[in-house]
Amino acid sequence: MTAEPIYGLLAEFDNPTDLVKAAKAAFGAGYRKMDAYTPYPLEEAAEAIGVHHNRVSLITLVGAMLGMCGGYSLQYWVSVIAYPVNAGGKPFHSWPSFIPVTFECAVLGASLAAVFGMLALNGLPQPYHPVFNAPNFTSASRDKFFLCIEAQDPNFSVVATKQFLQTYHPQLISEVPY
Amino acid sequence: MAQNDQVDQLPPKGIRPPIIGPGQTLTTVTDRIAGVVLTKHTPIFWFAVVAFSVAIVGVLNTAIAYLLMRGTGIWGINIPVGWGFAIVNFVWWIGIGHAGTLISAILLLFKQTWRTSINRFAEAMTIFAVMQAGLFPLVHTGRPWLAAYWLFPIPNTMGVWPQFRSPLIWDVFAVSTYFTVSFLFWGIGLIPDFATLRDQAKSLVVRRIYGLFAMGWRGSARHWNRYETAYMLLAGLATPLVLSVHSVVSLDFAVSVVPGWHTTFFPPYFVAGAIFSGFAMVLILAIPFRALYGMQDFITLRHLQNCGKVMLATGMIVAYAYVLEMFMGWYSNEKYELAMVHNRLHGPYSGYYFMLVLCNIIIPQSLWFNRVRSSPLALFLVSCVIQCGMWLERFVIVVMSLQRDFLPSSWGMYWFTKWDIMTLLGTMGFFTLLFFMFIRFMPAISIFEIRTLLPQAKVKQ
Repeated sequence: MTAEPIYGLLAEFDNPTDLVKAAKAAFGAGYRKMDAYTPYPLEEAAEAIGVHHNRVSLITLVGAMLGMCGGYSLQYWVSVIAYPVNAGGKPFHSWPSFIPVTFECAVLGASLAAVFGMLALNGLPQPYHPVFNAPNFTSASRDKFFLCIEAQDPNFSVVATKQFLQTYHPQLISEVPY
Repeated sequence: MAQNDQVDQLPPKGIRPPIIGPGQTLTTVTDRIAGVVLTKHTPIFWFAVVAFSVAIVGVLNTAIAYLLMRGTGIWGINIPVGWGFAIVNFVWWIGIGHAGTLISAILLLFKQTWRTSINRFAEAMTIFAVMQAGLFPLVHTGRPWLAAYWLFPIPNTMGVWPQFRSPLIWDVFAVSTYFTVSFLFWGIGLIPDFATLRDQAKSLVVRRIYGLFAMGWRGSARHWNRYETAYMLLAGLATPLVLSVHSVVSLDFAVSVVPGWHTTFFPPYFVAGAIFSGFAMVLILAIPFRALYGMQDFITLRHLQNCGKVMLATGMIVAYAYVLEMFMGWYSNEKYELAMVHNRLHGPYSGYYFMLVLCNIIIPQSLWFNRVRSSPLALFLVSCVIQCGMWLERFVIVVMSLQRDFLPSSWGMYWFTKWDIMTLLGTMGFFTLLFFMFIRFMPAISIFEIRTLLPQAKVKQ
């Protein structure tokens, strides 16, 4: 046991069922600052550590609104104010013909907001993260499942938390250095 | 390759082939797909194909360079046929691109899990096909360096702006949005797989490069939660988008008053044709890919059969549209529309029309037979025929309507030149080059999504 501060304790499991069981128990035991690491999206793992909602949808809606208003205003400004051209006697503000571009701009705004909003909320790109220091963590993107209880959690104690994790029979428990 | 050969044997009657070959685990899936990228031994055929396509790209560059020097007069276009190969090829390529988004977005929303094996390279195919498509409108302006302010609302010293009442401008927005959204969809799908490649790579340089693109992805449950939301939202956004793109392309024609173009059924007809040719292209790429890289466990007969069924269904919609085209000509009771129908059947280009009926309606009927749908070779050949047929369809639409419109005194013929052919072949080479680069350097099958299909990936209660 070292005196240096650690990021947390990382337990490795070889199947999703054990991981979810341990994560649920940890949440039940009052741990909140923790995360599960899985090689594919595992809804149950997110639910087990208490993650239910996220703000990606809201950001996407805002992006769609901005794209829609921006697209329509652009066309209005160009066709009515900046460069009015009489095309076949149609009114300058011929709104039905502005709908396709407005729609495309709304989809564009929403998609950019969804992707970049998701990355921003996830804090990516992030070149360094302590969890990568853990042994065998490269398997998190291959075939292993990890549960990390972080040292910042008020309930965290190296000895007690390790004992707690031990009861769920992980393949390995390691201390994650910073 | 040999160990996968048994997969191609048809299961007994009444049992459908599996979506994923037996005996695969999280470990084998990862190693198998990542292995194609991380291997030190690039197969010989890869070099051969790349060398050949680079040569064809040389042809494309020559054709474009000469075009920029001499102008669009080197092509066969003239009055009355001002839209020739460039628009035919544009519509053809953009149609091919449609299957990618259909597979990745619409089939995702309908929870069709079989899409998972083919969505990644279908998305790549979309992006590369849209790139080829975009090339044509750009170079057909003759002076593409000026096209920026013709196509996009870019402030300029002359104070001129695009005409937003024109479908051609809608098209610019539709195609560029489609390209961007497809690229985003493909890009976020690749992030977790880049992380896998980063973690599996042996050499430091390779690890760094994939690490850069993985952006520090670590598979956190909190991240996955937002990731899945974003992915589903993108799918929801891409679904109306993909239907809008070819609809807008069809409005380029339908909003005009030219006989044969001025019809309301063009948007759905174009979308069905796009999906028809797109799935044919998916098969043209998937069948050699699975054979060359031994991916029969991931792209099984089930996938090929399903693609065959989609082609059959969309092909029937296209056939219905051909019938409707004739019917509308008759029902309009307008002499110009009737003349158009007559021109299709008896005009100077009727050979093209009958070839198109053969390629798009008659030959695809073989897909009714399970034996055809279960034979990779037969599917490959039918797909090639459909690809030719769809190109002919666009040729018939573009050229035949323009060639004979209202005034017989302005009728004329369209003769394409060797530069037209070189540009078309050149884009095929460019497409092949991009695709082979993609399968060498990126996981051509989505690894993380394939993992979710495995039985051991589920949480047991």
